[in-house]
This record gives sequence, structure tokens and C-alpha cells, in this order.
Amino acid sequence: MIVTHTLPPELIRIVTSVVVVVGFTFLNVLLLGYAERKLSARIMRRFGPMEVGPHGILQLVVDGVKLLAKQFVVPRASAGLLFRIAPLLAFMPVALSFIVIPFSSRLQVRDMDTGLVFMLTVMSLNTVAILVAGWTSNSKYSLFGAIRSVAQSVAYEIPMLLSLLSVVFMANTLSMKGIVLAQSPVWYVVLQPVAFLIYFVAGMAETNRAPFDLPEAESELTAGFHTEYSGMGFSLFILAEYTNMFFVCSLAVVLFFGGWSGPPLPYMEYTGIIWFSLKVYLLLFVMIWIRWTFPRVRFDQLLNFCWMYLIPFSLVNLLLTAVVVKL
Amino acid sequence: MSRYFTLLFTGAKSLLVGMGVTLREMFKPVVTVQYPREKIDITPNFRGHTELVRDPESGTHRCISCKLCQLDCPSGCITVNSEKREGVKGLVLVGYRLDFTKCSLCGICVEVCPTDALAFSQEYELAGFTSDEFRYDLLTFLEERG
Repeated sequence: MIVTHTLPPELIRIVTSVVVVVGFTFLNVLLLGYAERKLSARIMRRFGPMEVGPHGILQLVVDGVKLLAKQFVVPRASAGLLFRIAPLLAFMPVALSFIVIPFSSRLQVRDMDTGLVFMLTVMSLNTVAILVAGWTSNSKYSLFGAIRSVAQSVAYEIPMLLSLLSVVFMANTLSMKGIVLAQSPVWYVVLQPVAFLIYFVAGMAETNRAPFDLPEAESELTAGFHTEYSGMGFSLFILAEYTNMFFVCSLAVVLFFGGWSGPPLPYMEYTGIIWFSLKVYLLLFVMIWIRWTFPRVRFDQLLNFCWMYLIPFSLVNLLLTAVVVKL
Repeated sequence: MSRYFTLLFTGAKSLLVGMGVTLREMFKPVVTVQYPREKIDITPNFRGHTELVRDPESGTHRCISCKLCQLDCPSGCITVNSEKREGVKGLVLVGYRLDFTKCSLCGICVEVCPTDALAFSQEYELAGFTSDEFRYDLLTFLEERG
């Protein structure tokens, strides 16, 4: 192994991680986009994409090529540089969040002591990207989308963090790996069902998914914050949205569904990723299912639901957890 | 306070019911017909362009060239050509031209025909590149149908 002699192993590790992360991001979007279109079609009793490749499996690849080949139009009235940066700002947290996700006990880029805080911080950066995109587009639709996104995230970050905090109380650690290891006998979804429900609802709002897709409500706001984006700028937002969905679900798996744990397989330190992905994609299926079942909520309904139900419930839940843990 | 919890429970229940509905729909058969590859039967009421009916006894059309259809057509899109032939009683139809670019499918020609020689066809695949493709000769159509 000449490579390991000339290059520091740490560098190899970083380069491999980056390549795997970017590759996986695109693969995940292809998978999810296809699943979303097929599932929505089945719910409406249609076929969905059928023409490109057998059962349309290459549809998303073709769409991706089309988006890559398209011109990135910058409106004359927009703030040029920031307008161009915003899609990158949406996409950047994607690569960062992968650092702390424990796919299996050995497949993790870095196990930070504050992994959970890191992940939540990075994920909420998405709102900043949406705000920048909406503001710099210099369009009414985009601005309204951005404003809604910010108001929504202010409302939904609180119950989300409170519900996760009760899990942290029980695990007594913020490291992602530590939390997974702490639920070796029982998963936290059994002990903390309310926290899980609150987290899942808030996560849906966090990723701007229907029924909380107000920032891009197409019936009122054309496409919301990405109205003015075309080509690769637009596709970066879509990539970010789908990858964010993946993160919300993988965070749920790590915190509530025991991460990589499952019936033992050979080489469990690595093959745990099979159980992990299985759980994540099951949750993603539920997310897609919810999207194609419920209509979009009105803005006041969304905020009422958050302030009247989610926050009080997560506070009570946190208090009860604290008392139980102390006992 | 009781309203607060009632709203929560009725709301949550209705959400679950809704998800049950979509889950059931997901496993029902698809209703889409993949048109160019798959076709379904057309309803008998369908009004395609008119066509000459083949008489099962004589094996040919029943038109007696009375030109009632041509006279009654509000769009003036029918031209009946016929000639007198030696040894044949009445007129012989040599061409029944239907200008389908003008036809409004009102059906007066079908109703007025004394011998019921006309009927609506089931033809619905009507795409073409030139308007000439829609100036039909129904007599040729009848022969082509064999």
C-alpha cells in the first residue's frame, strides 16, 4: 500500500467521505424522487413515470440531465451574487450533516460529543438559505415564501428541540453514537412516543413538506422562494429538500428507533447500515404517504397547532421525563 | 379545556382515517389506460365521422343517392356523386365526399337518410398533418373496410 505511506490516512478518510457523501446525496435524491412520483401515482391510482427505462426508473436521471443542461437565469432586478450563492447555501448543510450520522457502529465520519446539536444547527441553516433566496430574488412570491419559511421555522424549532431534549435526558449524552448505544434494550420510541410524534410533525414542517409546504405553496405563491430559480440553482434546492428529508428521518431513527440495531448480521459493524437504511426509508415512505394524503394547512392553523398543542405537550413531556429520570 | 382535547382527538382520528383511505387506494388496481399500447372499447353512443353502413344481405352500401343528406347538411360538407348506368335501376353511387374539416357531427344526415345507409363510426384517432387528410370519401372507406 504505497498510497497509505505517501498520504496521511486522515486525508484519505476525508476524501473518501466527501466522495461517498456527494455520491450518496444524488443517489438518495434519485431514489426518493422516483419513490415520491411512483407512490403519489399509486395513491391516485395512476402509473406514474413509465416511459423512460423499465417502469420509468431512469426518469429522474433524465430529469437531472435536463436540469443540468438548462440555463441558470439571473433576473436583472435580483441581487446577483447573493442570488447565486443561495442555492449553494441550501446545499452546503447537506454535506455537513453527513459527518455525524452513525450509519453503523463503524460507518461514521466523526463521532462528536455534541453531534446532535451540530446536526440540528446545520439543518436549521436551510432556513437561512431560503431567506436569502427569497429576499434576493426581488419578487413578491419569493419574498412571501421566505417570510413564511422563517415564521414556520421559528415556531417549529422549539417543539422539535424540546422533544429531542427529553431523549437526551434519558440517554445522558449528545453524541449520536452514544444515543444509539443507550437504547440497547428498548428503543426510545416505546419510552417516548409523544416526543417522537412531536418530532416527526415538527420535522415535516422543518423540511417544508406538505401539509406544511407553505413556503412553496404553488396555489398562492407560484413556487414560493424558488420561483425565480432555474436550471441547477433550482435543482440544488430540490436536492437540499430531499436530503433534508433524509436527515430528519435518519435523526428520528438514531434517536427513537435504535439506529443500526436489529437482528444480527455477519460483519455487524458495517452491515448495520442495512437496518439503518431500512428504518430510514420506512419513515420516508410515511412522509411521502402523509404528503399525498393531507391538504396544505392555512398559515394561522399551522402556527396555532404549534403554539397551542406541540409546545405545551413537549414541555409537559420534558418535565415528566426530567422527573422520571431524576427518580 | 375539554374542547382543547376534543379537537386534538377528533383531529388526530380524522388524520388516521385519511391515511387509511390513501393506503387502501395504493393497493387497488391502477385505472390509467396506457393509450397507444392499450385501448378500451368506445361507447356505442360515440359520434365519430359518418360512414356508409354495409348491408349484410347485398354486401354493399344502401345509398340510393337521394341527396337528402347533402341538402340537409347545415355545414354543407357532404357531396354525393352518382351516375345513371345502363341496366341498373336508379342511380349508382360513385363517390360520397365528406369534408370532415367542416362537419359538426350534428347527425342530421344520419337521421334523414330514408334507407339508414349512414351511421356514426367509432373512429377516434383523428390526427393528421394536412387538412386534405380530413376530406374523406366514404365510399372508398367502405371498400377499404372490405
